[in-house]
Amino acid sequence: MRRVGAGVIQKTVRELCIKANLELRGDVLSALRRAKKKETSARAIRMLDIIIYNALIAKKKRLPICQDTGMVVVYLDVGQDVLIKGDLKKAVEKGVLDAYREGYFRKSIVSDPLIRRNTDTNLPPVIYTRIVPGRKIGVSVVVKGFGCENASRTKMFRPTDPMSLIQDFVADIIKELGSKACPPMYIGIGIGGTLDKAVSLSKEATLRPVGESSKSRHIARLEKDILKKLNKLRIGPMGVGGKTTALGVSILTYPTHIAGLPVAVNISCHATRDARITI
Amino acid sequence: MKRIYLPLTKDIIKTLKPGQEVLLNGPVLTGRDAAHKRMIEALRAGKRFPLSIKGETIYYTGPTPARKGQVIGSCGPTTSARMDPFTPVLLKHGLLGMIGKGERSKEVTRAIKKSEAVYFTTIGGAGAYLSEKVESSKVVAYEDLGAEAMLRLVLKDFPAIVAIR
Repeated sequence: MRRVGAGVIQKTVRELCIKANLELRGDVLSALRRAKKKETSARAIRMLDIIIYNALIAKKKRLPICQDTGMVVVYLDVGQDVLIKGDLKKAVEKGVLDAYREGYFRKSIVSDPLIRRNTDTNLPPVIYTRIVPGRKIGVSVVVKGFGCENASRTKMFRPTDPMSLIQDFVADIIKELGSKACPPMYIGIGIGGTLDKAVSLSKEATLRPVGESSKSRHIARLEKDILKKLNKLRIGPMGVGGKTTALGVSILTYPTHIAGLPVAVNISCHATRDARITI
Repeated sequence: MKRIYLPLTKDIIKTLKPGQEVLLNGPVLTGRDAAHKRMIEALRAGKRFPLSIKGETIYYTGPTPARKGQVIGSCGPTTSARMDPFTPVLLKHGLLGMIGKGERSKEVTRAIKKSEAVYFTTIGGAGAYLSEKVESSKVVAYEDLGAEAMLRLVLKDFPAIVAIR
């Protein structure tokens, strides 16, 4: 049994929150640069230039990429041969608290969804703990802004519905809400499982590097088809028109029930932010 | 690119064309969801706004806190449509300009045109870049709202696009 102190988790979460908020994911930055090369409209190119420049000065000046420093989502993949000494949940929370204080990040969380009083700490995060084989701990931190979270949707399809209906569903969301969600976006889609499983997969899907496709051939095909469809909408970077409405589409699937076909779409803006490490 | 000097007037607004890119200079107020709700509730309760919004421009943003020596933290726009339910009333009280991101409802679009006001969009998710376009920042109302407190900002060559007028 490997022993890991809760203090190590606290420090890790703190560092990942800071990194995610200040340093744009390398794959996202590369995708933005590739998009700029493809654009022909001067305004779209200027928007992409500003977005790329923003990422560079955020890192240099230690300023958050976006003022919406998000609700923190932490994925802990804890190896079953690891013994954590101390309070794991408290350690994660303390890590978030430290990062948001020291990093001068915005505190955007209200304690009760209806009464809505700011906790002034950005606590609590959403924590998913999963037990996996081995003696390591995988920690992934997503900082999720709500401009794009609000544009996310889910739908329970009929099991007999054709794939084209799923494509239309995604395109309709982007058509209606795309300009509010800071395009060019990264689209995470979860298909299968139960309602909650599909939603959770859709968020995890955005952790996959932009440009990488699914290992299943039919899913990779669907990702490609949806991406093509979205970029034909010509919403463009920040809605000014152009070829780049989405940077990529990432789909994760799970077996499902004979009576159902749950589909969830989690939209992530051009400031798709997360960081991860294995301890 | 055309420079606009705030506060806005109806004469300035008349010269603006939808789709035009401009650089905004001068004072704006910030306000987002909670501040809007509170302003409207004060009005319904027969109380006054915490400050006059006549002739003002509201920038929909909740910046990150400034570090020592900085004027402001990251300060990009938030989604304007969430303020739609409150906007027609504010326009009636003399609000002339709004800065945010994304489309507005049909009703708000009509109200903006009718009041001869203007809605600008700016670059979402570019908060670090836009912080370079703010000269000063001061809390002016609802300090208890934290990230949603109303601020007085002075903008310098702040990039925006005329979306509705």
